[in-house]
Amino acid sequence: MTLLTIDGVWKRYGEHEVLKGVDLAVDTHEVVCLIGASGSGKSTLLRCVNLLETVDDGAITLDDVEITDVRADPDDVRKRIGIVFQAYNLFPHMSVLDNITLAPRKVHGVGRAQAEEQARELLTRFGLESKARDYPDRLSGGQQQRVAIIRAIATQPRLLLLDEVTSALDPTLVNEVLGVIRELKESGMTMILATHEMGFARDIADTVCFLADGVLLERGHPDQIFGAPKHPRTREFLSRT
Amino acid sequence: MTTTWVKSDRQKEREKLLKARARRSVSAATISTVVVVVLVVVGLRASPGWPVVQEKFFNWDALVASLPDVLRGFLLNVTIFLIAEPVILLLGLGVALLRGLRSPVFFPLRALAALYTDIFRGIPVLLLIFLIGFGVPALRLQGAPNDPVVLGTIALILSYTSFVAEVFRSGIDSIHPSQRSAARSLGLSHGQTMRYVVVPQAVRRVVPPLLNDFASLQKDTALVATLGPLEALRQAQIYAYDKFNYTSYVAAALLFVALTVPMARFTDHLAARAARQRGGAT
Ligand SMILES: Nc1ncnc2c1ncn2[C@@H]1O[C@H](COP(=O)(O)OP(=O)(O)OP(=O)(O)O)[C@@H](O)[C@H]1O
Ligand SMILES: [Mg+2]
Repeated sequence: MTLLTIDGVWKRYGEHEVLKGVDLAVDTHEVVCLIGASGSGKSTLLRCVNLLETVDDGAITLDDVEITDVRADPDDVRKRIGIVFQAYNLFPHMSVLDNITLAPRKVHGVGRAQAEEQARELLTRFGLESKARDYPDRLSGGQQQRVAIIRAIATQPRLLLLDEVTSALDPTLVNEVLGVIRELKESGMTMILATHEMGFARDIADTVCFLADGVLLERGHPDQIFGAPKHPRTREFLSRT
Repeated sequence: MTTTWVKSDRQKEREKLLKARARRSVSAATISTVVVVVLVVVGLRASPGWPVVQEKFFNWDALVASLPDVLRGFLLNVTIFLIAEPVILLLGLGVALLRGLRSPVFFPLRALAALYTDIFRGIPVLLLIFLIGFGVPALRLQGAPNDPVVLGTIALILSYTSFVAEVFRSGIDSIHPSQRSAARSLGLSHGQTMRYVVVPQAVRRVVPPLLNDFASLQKDTALVATLGPLEALRQAQIYAYDKFNYTSYVAAALLFVALTVPMARFTDHLAARAARQRGGAT
């Protein structure tokens, strides 16, 4: 079943065209990896899906409802889509527990006790139960990023967007974050992730999309993309990484 | 892992040196303070006008005699301050938030808030106190206050709110946009984002400059004296004219200092604590 469709999306900043008619369909439980050079538009595409940027043309549909409709309520759309940023962006003045429970309590109207219980369950599941009362600046980068992922899934989104969630991390910390994503896939979470970790993309993706200069040049099964890329630019990009 | 730490000889030696250095700097500070104080006192007493100054400004009997009245007046200053301060904080934050509204519907409010801060930051406090203290009663509006204390307090509130609003606004602007994106991406509305994410962080950042403004407000309560109410400065003035002795001014000054110094130390303490919490970085 198709969960998200991106249909001919254009995005420009001034004269600079960053996305040039991108089409993409994502099924429920599917994991899509976006790969491509720096500046190719991966982050921009994710931000458009989360309505943090407005598209200049085209449409994005979630659960058969167009979310790029100007009459749609962005807050309502964002309730159903989680996003995790490269720089974690945890709230520094709140404990880990408050970071995670803020949206469930204030946006989804869950009671504090219930929200905290759910948050603790998630923390336990990802090996962070001892950090519930700590503030973000006391955590390692990998721990902060895992908290950011938990915060994004605490509202039980239909779709999770992950934007280079490991590229600010030490190589030794990357694996603990990748482990979390792997577990989310097993639990059936639909995800789109922009990543530079080719090995991980090959391992986890159902579909890999290669983006170059705002165009989705090639998409396919990871074995095909990494084993026998069709487009010369994909071949060139992969040979460099 | 059961290795226990036994202090090495090198560490012991290091700590001994550090202690010796600390002792040396404490004694250096003491000696230079004593020298400076002695020089100032000797210099003052050696000046030709000192006997007169001592008689007119530092007269113990006059201090004792004027203090009760000045102190009674000072309570009015403290009252004005205690009423004005929370009002200023609330209004200042309100004006800052108005200026941050993005939606075009709020354009008039935003423009009004900008106009207000521009104008009231530009008018000298004393002038504003005159304008309101004498101007409002002259209008003879039904129900408008004409008590000088009330009018003076209103003038202080109007003036200081414009400063405090700018302090809040710079605090709000200093919060990185990624915090806003993170909050909005979780589905929080603009209002919720401000209330739970941006403002709490901004307020923590602006506490030291705010306290600084309040130390200044404490002093400026004395300007209300120009409208006539019997606060500390006015009481001191009455005594000075009456007895032809200015020690009462010194008494008033001491009272103001006694209130602002603890506040300044408290500001330092907060700033130091904030710096420690951030690990000295950022
Ligand atoms: N707010 C903005 N204003 C102007 N230009 C922007 C803005 N955001 C992104 N861009 C430009 O859009 C292009 C695509 O940026 P984007 O962040 O989507 O790339 P990316 O594929 O995520 O790259 P990276 O792998 O380095 O994260 C870049 O050329 C960038 O300079
Ligand atoms: Mg990016």
